[in-house]
Amino acid sequence: MAIPIRRRAADITAFAFATAATVFGLVWLFWILWTTLMHGAEALTPTLFKEMTPPPGVSGGGLLNAFYGSAVMILVGLVIGAPLGVAAGTFLAEHGRNTRLASLVSFVNDILLSAPSIIVGLFFYELVVRPMGHFSGFAGALALAMILLPIVVRTTEESLRLIPDTMREAGFALGLPRWRVTRQILYKAGLSAILTGILLGVARIAGETAPLLFTALNNQFWSASLNAPLANVPVVIWQFAMSPYDDWQKLAWAGAFVLTVVVLVLNILVRLLARKGKQR
Amino acid sequence: MNDTAMALRITPAGVSSAPVSTKVAIDIRDLDFYYGKAHALKDVSMAIPAGSVTAIIGPSGCGKSTLLRTINRIFELYPDQYAAGSIAIDGRNVLDRRYPLSELRRRVGMVFQKPTPFPSSIRANVAFALSYYERFSKSELNDRIEDALRQAALWDEVKDKLNQSALSLSGGQQQRLCIARTLAVRPEIILLDEPTSALDPISTAKLEELIHELRERFTIVIVTHNMQQAARVSQRTAFFHLGELVEFGKTSDIFTNPREQRTKDYITGRFG
Repeated sequence: MAIPIRRRAADITAFAFATAATVFGLVWLFWILWTTLMHGAEALTPTLFKEMTPPPGVSGGGLLNAFYGSAVMILVGLVIGAPLGVAAGTFLAEHGRNTRLASLVSFVNDILLSAPSIIVGLFFYELVVRPMGHFSGFAGALALAMILLPIVVRTTEESLRLIPDTMREAGFALGLPRWRVTRQILYKAGLSAILTGILLGVARIAGETAPLLFTALNNQFWSASLNAPLANVPVVIWQFAMSPYDDWQKLAWAGAFVLTVVVLVLNILVRLLARKGKQR
Repeated sequence: MNDTAMALRITPAGVSSAPVSTKVAIDIRDLDFYYGKAHALKDVSMAIPAGSVTAIIGPSGCGKSTLLRTINRIFELYPDQYAAGSIAIDGRNVLDRRYPLSELRRRVGMVFQKPTPFPSSIRANVAFALSYYERFSKSELNDRIEDALRQAALWDEVKDKLNQSALSLSGGQQQRLCIARTLAVRPEIILLDEPTSALDPISTAKLEELIHELRERFTIVIVTHNMQQAARVSQRTAFFHLGELVEFGKTSDIFTNPREQRTKDYITGRFG
C-alpha cells in the first residue's frame, strides 16, 4: 500500500526540523571549541601543563597550579559529596519512601538543585572562610561538594526508582533485610545509572567559577595545601581573560579549551556508561 | 466438561491416585485482606496440607495472588495493605508482628510471575540469601549451590557458566534459577505465583515436571490462571471468586464433581 503524500510530506518535514535542531545545537559546541582553540592555540603547548601561572608581562608560563588545584578540589568535593548524595538518594527511594521526612528532604533538595552557585560560595565564605580568616582550597572543595550533592541525590533516587518493585520483592521474599536488598541487588541493578549521575555532577562542578571566588579564590604560586588559597582553572580563566595582558589572555583561552574538552569527555563517558547499562 | 476431561487424561501421575497427606502445613483462619478500603479477601479459612501441591484458581482479581502475598507477608512492603485473621505454620500465627520476618521468609519461599533474576552471576543469584543465613566454607557453599541448581533441574544447563550473568539465561532457565535460589535456603513451603505465565510451552512443561518432583519434599501452593495446569500439577484445588473461597477439595473432585454452581461455571469456561 502506498503511503499518502501528505504523510510522507509530514515525515520529511519532521525529519528536517529534527535534523536542523540537532545541527543548531552542535554548531554552538563546535563554534565554542573552535574559538577557544584558535585563540588559545599559541598557549596550547606542553608548557601549559608544566609551568605555573606567570606574573603579568612575563611571556610563557602555564596553568599547572590551576589544573592541580581544580583537580584536588573536584576530587575532595567528589569524595565528600558523592557518598552523601548516594546515601540520601537511597533514603528517598528506599528507606524513607512515603514518609514525611522524605518529602521534606526531596523538597529541600530541589531548592539546593536550583540555588545559584554564587549563593553556595557566599554560604561557605561565611561558614568557613571568615572563621578561618583566609581563603582556602578546603572551603572551595566544600562549596563544590555542596553543588554536587543535590545532583547526585536526585539521580540516585531516580535510578533506584526505575528498578521495578518485583526485584525488591524477590529479594525480600528470600528473607533478606532491606539494607542487603539495597546493597547487593538494587545498587548492582542501578550501578551504571548512579555512576552516570555522579559523572554528570563532576562535569558540572568542573566548570563552576562563582562558588570558588568566595572560597578558594586563587593563588599565583604553587601550593598543595588545602588550608591555603588554591589556584583553579575557572577563576584563573576569569582573572586572566579580564586582564589587559596578551599572554594572560592566551593562557585563559587555552585553559577554557582544556576545560571544555574535559567536560565534553566526561559527558561522552556518561553516554557510554548509560548505553552499557541499557545493554545489560 | 470436555475441557476438564481432557485435562485429566493428560495428567500422567493420576491426580486422584496421588496420596494426599493429612498433616496441615498452613492453617488459614478467618483471613481478611484489605488494599486500602478494597476488601480483597473475605473471611477465608482453609487448611493447606503438607507435602503436596495445592492449586489456587479463579478469575482475575479474585484474590489468588493476594492470598500468596499474605502467607509470606510480602504485602507489608506497601502502605495501606493489611491483613486480619490468622495464618498458622507449625501452630504459630505468622501474621503476628512478633513473628520474625526473616525466619518466615526462609521457611516460606516465593517465586513470582515474571522471572526476577538479580543482575549478577548465576552463582551469586543462588549464593545471595545463603550467605545471609549461614556462614559457609567455600566448598560447602559450592555444594549448596550445586545442590539447589540440581533440585531445580538447571545444573546440567549452567554448570559450565556459573559466573556468567543470570540475565543471559532464557526465560524458562531464569525462572528455574529463581526456584533454585528459593530452594537453596531450604524452605518448607514454596509459593508459586503464576510461575509459567511468562514462559513458552516447553519451559512450562519443564517447570511442571519440576513441581511434580518437588512436591514430596515441600508444601507447594501454586496460583494459576490455567485450569489444565491446576489439574496436572496439584492434589488439592481451591477456587476463589470475588475474594471468597468458594470451594476447596481434592483436585479430582473439583474438576469432575464440583459441589458449587460457581465452581462448575468457572471450570467449564462459562466466566472468568
